[in-house]
Amino acid sequence: MGRKLLIQNDKVPGIETLAVYKAHGGYASVEKALKSMTPDQVTEEVKKSGLRGRGGAGFPTGMKWSFLAKPEGVPRYLVCNADESEPGTFKDRYLMEKIPHALIEGMITSSYALGANQSYIYIRGEYFYVSRILETAIAEAYAAGLLGKNILGTNYSLELSVQVGGGAYICGEETALLESLEGKRGNPRIKPPFPAVAGLWGCPTVVNNVETIAAVCPIVMMGGEEYAKIGIGKSTGTKLISASGHINKPGVYEIELGVPVEEFIYSEEYCGGIRNGKKLKAVVAGGSSVPILPTELILKTAKGEPRLMTYESLADGGFQTGTMLGSGGFIVMDEDTSIVKNLFTFSRFYHHESCGQCSPCREGTGWMEKILKKFLNGTANESDVDLLWDIQSKIEGKTICPLGEAAAWPVAAAIRHFKHEFIEIAKNKKFVDISHYERLNKIRV
Amino acid sequence: MKVTIDGIEIDVPKGTTILQAARMIGPEVAPPAMCYYSKLKTTGGYCRTCIVKVTQGSTANPNPMPKPVASCRTEVMDGMVVENYTNNDVLEARKGVVEFLLINHPLDCPVCDQAGECKLQDLGYENGSAKTRYEFKRREYEMIDIGDKIKLHMNRCILCYRCVKTAEQITDGRVHGVIHRGDAAEISTYIEKVIDNDFSGNVIDVCPVGALTDRTFRFKQRVWFTKPVDAHRNCDKCSGKTRVWLKGEEVVRVTARKDQWDEVEEFICNSCRYDHKKTSDWVIEGPSPIHRSSVISQNHYQNLNELKVNILKQQKALGFIPFDKKP
Ligand SMILES: Cc1cc2nc3c(=O)[nH]c(=O)nc-3n(C[C@H](O)[C@H](O)[C@H](O)COP(=O)(O)O)c2cc1C
Ligand code: SF4
Ligand code: SF4
Ligand code: SF4
Ligand code: FES
Repeated sequence: MGRKLLIQNDKVPGIETLAVYKAHGGYASVEKALKSMTPDQVTEEVKKSGLRGRGGAGFPTGMKWSFLAKPEGVPRYLVCNADESEPGTFKDRYLMEKIPHALIEGMITSSYALGANQSYIYIRGEYFYVSRILETAIAEAYAAGLLGKNILGTNYSLELSVQVGGGAYICGEETALLESLEGKRGNPRIKPPFPAVAGLWGCPTVVNNVETIAAVCPIVMMGGEEYAKIGIGKSTGTKLISASGHINKPGVYEIELGVPVEEFIYSEEYCGGIRNGKKLKAVVAGGSSVPILPTELILKTAKGEPRLMTYESLADGGFQTGTMLGSGGFIVMDEDTSIVKNLFTFSRFYHHESCGQCSPCREGTGWMEKILKKFLNGTANESDVDLLWDIQSKIEGKTICPLGEAAAWPVAAAIRHFKHEFIEIAKNKKFVDISHYERLNKIRV
Repeated sequence: MKVTIDGIEIDVPKGTTILQAARMIGPEVAPPAMCYYSKLKTTGGYCRTCIVKVTQGSTANPNPMPKPVASCRTEVMDGMVVENYTNNDVLEARKGVVEFLLINHPLDCPVCDQAGECKLQDLGYENGSAKTRYEFKRREYEMIDIGDKIKLHMNRCILCYRCVKTAEQITDGRVHGVIHRGDAAEISTYIEKVIDNDFSGNVIDVCPVGALTDRTFRFKQRVWFTKPVDAHRNCDKCSGKTRVWLKGEEVVRVTARKDQWDEVEEFICNSCRYDHKKTSDWVIEGPSPIHRSSVISQNHYQNLNELKVNILKQQKALGFIPFDKKP
């Protein structure tokens, strides 16, 4: 059994309440940080821990915190990104729903480290019921003197608010999130300036993922060095993986970074193997935007080494033969899966979620979806594969925010590894049943 | 700060963007810009036509930038080396951007008032490819009257945000913005609410395409049959310095004066634009300077016949089906 630092108590009855959470050691990091550490010492521990952002990009959190500008007399903000909208990713929801105080504790400790006196949790609209769980927990924390003025009798004060978004994937991009939080249209900002210098209302701001913030609590308690001993190399600590697809046991698992992918898929501790005795065909390892890999490349790297659940190992080989850990949305597909149909689902999503600010993403995402639809209704030609390839290459790297890449990568990877499926469909003018999409499309084409 | 663009070095002040530096060198290295507007704040970054490759970030950090950058939004660093027209990847990427801008564009130039002074025509002509690969139905919207002076033809809009920034920055009380998202985004005046203030007409001048046109001029005349002159009058709202477009002795329209980059020199008020349509209202200074990008410029499209042929060629290439001269 791997060590668990975040959701070890998820099955404890009443863990969503302050009393039970505290009885299981909750809020100890607030006590420790506020009473015996300076803010810089907390940041230092986070740096030493090697913790990397759990929102997708894997940027070192301690480094991000140290970039925060600290001009005199200007407020600073910590904003928690709970927009979690990447298909395949549902780990933050699990954490917030089961153990809301774990996030609130992390918010207090992290806000203290950053010198923020007002912090926000920005949560996607579809998680409205989770926002109520958070609100209840926050009210409990206020009542217990863990939030508000002079927390635990110290001279540190913090106000914490939950803001529910309208339910747009793009509002998970940190600058679109800030726009939305300010009450504006959720368009990504053009950078620079970066949020660390000019973020929320033009003030220095750190945006971190739910899981990143929750991980600060065990880091403060065990010390950065101890935390860094878990995992392999630059992939330290534990990570929540939301596993879905054709597996026996879909769900959220906390793993020590470094577990072999094969073990993660087949062991009883985690996914429990492919359901109905089928064979594995492909995996999207880190949320819908990361490149899909076929069985032979997800279980072993191109060099023949076992692929591990770490940032480095999953990325080994670059996009030619590798992928990314991303947000930890682990989607498993069995031998009966149509890669083309799956890609259509993804492309349809990115088309629908594009904010429309920049031309390549606004126009290109819709174009790709339309071409993919031809594959599904049996009207595609072989040349459409090359066209798709060309369109994605003209989106990638030419857009304001990474949604352009998120839309381009799945297309590129599906063609790179499964071109024969596209060709076969085009040649035989096969028809793939998409009647369920037709029904969905009544909402919006 | 020294920056080299397409092999030409120039010294520019700190805070200059790559695009501005390129314009200082001249049109031979300046990237096309469909959304940036130097007279307005926070423009640029949207259309991506101005992308360039930074092959050396600066003297201090000589690494290349990994992705092409929007030159209008990237400030130069000392020792930066930039490739624009000399880099094939840039040209290829720009061709892609132009194609994206055109896939849903109606290309109804024969009935479009912007023809002849349209930045998208120029862009397609200079940077596009001759053939479209888009086979689907183009996006369509209803035309909208924004008050009695401005027509919004959303089919032609490239979502450059210039009019939005104009409404935000030089007219008071913005009632003009973007609704919906992705390729369903559209410019709206919050359910056709009339933009009604003294400077609203400037959105027509900043629009690079024929999406916002002057209803008092629509279909009156092809621009290339009119004669632009610089003129002024005493005006208590704006500088009164305008460009008056004459057909014989008749004033067919009044616009702001535009500079070499097709940007408004000074924004003008609605009274100058709409209410003074007699030659006697104006003190004529002389013929307006004609710049490179104007169709009226002989060296740009050689002559009008060639322009027409080119428009036809583009339409054909883009699968445009000609229809009657009715809008
Ligand atoms: C289109 C898009 C959507 C994103 N959605 C999320 C999200 O839902 N949750 C999240 O934590 N990060 C998301 N991100 C990443 C954030 O921009 C940002 O990098 C992250 O919140 C930083 O937190 P971290 O350093 O703790 O990972 C998204 C990025 C993009 C481009
Ligand atoms: S890449 Fe897409 S989502 Fe991001 S700013 Fe551009 S249009 Fe909007
Ligand atoms: S906006 Fe330009 S390209 Fe479009 S129809 Fe008008 S003249 Fe032609
Ligand atoms: S109407 Fe014109 S100025 Fe406004 S966004 Fe569209 S193209 Fe740009
Ligand atoms: S002019 Fe630079 S992105 Fe449009």
